[in-house]
Amino acid sequence: MALITCRNLCLGYDGREILHDLSFEVNKGDYLCIVGENGSGKSTLMRTILGLQHPLSGQILTGDGLRRGEIGYLPQQTPVQKDFPASVWEVVLSGFEGSCGWRPFYTKAEKRRAEENIRAMGIEQLSGRCYRELSGGQQQRVLLARALCATSKLLFLDEPVSGLDPKVTAEMYDLIENLNHEQGITIIMISHDIGAALRYASHVLHIGDSVFFGTREAYRSSGIGTAYAGGGRAQ
Amino acid sequence: MTNVLEKLTLYWQYPFVRYALAVGVLISLCSSLLGVTLVLKRFSFIGDGLSHVAFGAMAIASVLHLTNDMPLVMLITVLSAIALLCTGQNARIKGDAAIAMISVGALAIGYLLMNLFTTSSNLSGDVCSTLFGSTSILTLTNAEVWLCTVMSVIVVAAFVFFYHKVFAVTFDESFAAATGVKTKVYNFIIAVIIAVIIVLAMNLVGSLLISALVIFPALSAMRVFKSFRSVTICSAVFSIFCSLLGILISILAGTPVGSTIVAADIVMFFLFSAAGALFRGARG
Repeated sequence: MALITCRNLCLGYDGREILHDLSFEVNKGDYLCIVGENGSGKSTLMRTILGLQHPLSGQILTGDGLRRGEIGYLPQQTPVQKDFPASVWEVVLSGFEGSCGWRPFYTKAEKRRAEENIRAMGIEQLSGRCYRELSGGQQQRVLLARALCATSKLLFLDEPVSGLDPKVTAEMYDLIENLNHEQGITIIMISHDIGAALRYASHVLHIGDSVFFGTREAYRSSGIGTAYAGGGRAQ
Repeated sequence: MTNVLEKLTLYWQYPFVRYALAVGVLISLCSSLLGVTLVLKRFSFIGDGLSHVAFGAMAIASVLHLTNDMPLVMLITVLSAIALLCTGQNARIKGDAAIAMISVGALAIGYLLMNLFTTSSNLSGDVCSTLFGSTSILTLTNAEVWLCTVMSVIVVAAFVFFYHKVFAVTFDESFAAATGVKTKVYNFIIAVIIAVIIVLAMNLVGSLLISALVIFPALSAMRVFKSFRSVTICSAVFSIFCSLLGILISILAGTPVGSTIVAADIVMFFLFSAAGALFRGARG
């Protein structure tokens, strides 16, 4: 069974429907890119799958041994974080909070894993630094390390490269691709960057006035992909 | 100097001075703990808002001729805190506006009730002392000191127990909720703790000055320290120090307790800001 199956989803808020009858599934090891215009409901879709809001109708099923608390998430940054006094270590460690339940402290094993994730993201020299003083790219690495503390199976990324310069963007994509290939972590990413979607993703979900779900190759040759990405030969 | 010491030794013999110092330390410790969370969630004014609600509740209690108004005041304040903090980001009336509404409304209704039903001849004096705390910290009874001690111990224990959860929920509520943290439950607990602290703190500084006890320690600590843990510890120490200083000065100089504590907070805030700027300058 697929990790995540969405069946006949209708999404929206305040009773207003923005996505109608959407069905797709994500299998283990997939790299799914969700693309579409602003306001087409990309973030709403992600928030609904994460359980942060309810669908108007339809079903979201998790399978393949995936439990609700085993999903990692890289949200867009919030204004609160811009002046939050927190060290990198504290932020990364907070990724384990979901698996803590009522336990008030983190275990040794969790601290070890947090260290590993910090190393994997190449930010061990920043561990004692203050989060709000880091550059945009460094902050994203910290949040990625935190997301890895919450999961070893499935990562949701909400526009992980927005506001980053081209060099840092490329590094970020490499990191994510590495997680997908080397560690077998399934990736679901919202992106504005259709070129990157067509280069890295295995599957594409296009939402908006017309909807497409399928492999990258199928998207390239589809009418909607041709119109949106200029034939998809950007890369 | 010896004069001052003599005076202090003399005052130390009075139980009401010892009570005031003990309660002052406990309340400033409690109110500083959640300051960081409140400031960052843009709820700096919740202290003001809730304390006005507590003022309104006290007015209701005095109209009803309740001899012990604590339970009613606590209940109404806790309910308001929950209404403010647990509506989340989808509320129609958000953060500051909701607080302003509740705050002004409760203040007006409270004053109205007291005006209509009061039996006291010195109404404005009563209102003033409720709002500014005046000398009520110097008239604490033994039972009140014990109640305050027990509540403070519960608040501090709850904060230590939920420390990491408070961090996770404040830093990134979406991430916490998405990864299985029961954010609603913890927001609820935070709201209840805040309401308890505010009702306690009304005894010390009166309802108008509670915000100062909540925000000054947190803001000052954030000027200098960089991690959540160090900021929390620093604001607790800062808050206790300023309250002790304020109470001692007010006893020696005969100034109002609440305002003196806040004045001490303000002076320390500028010292910390200067220290923070100096550190940054030295590093960069």
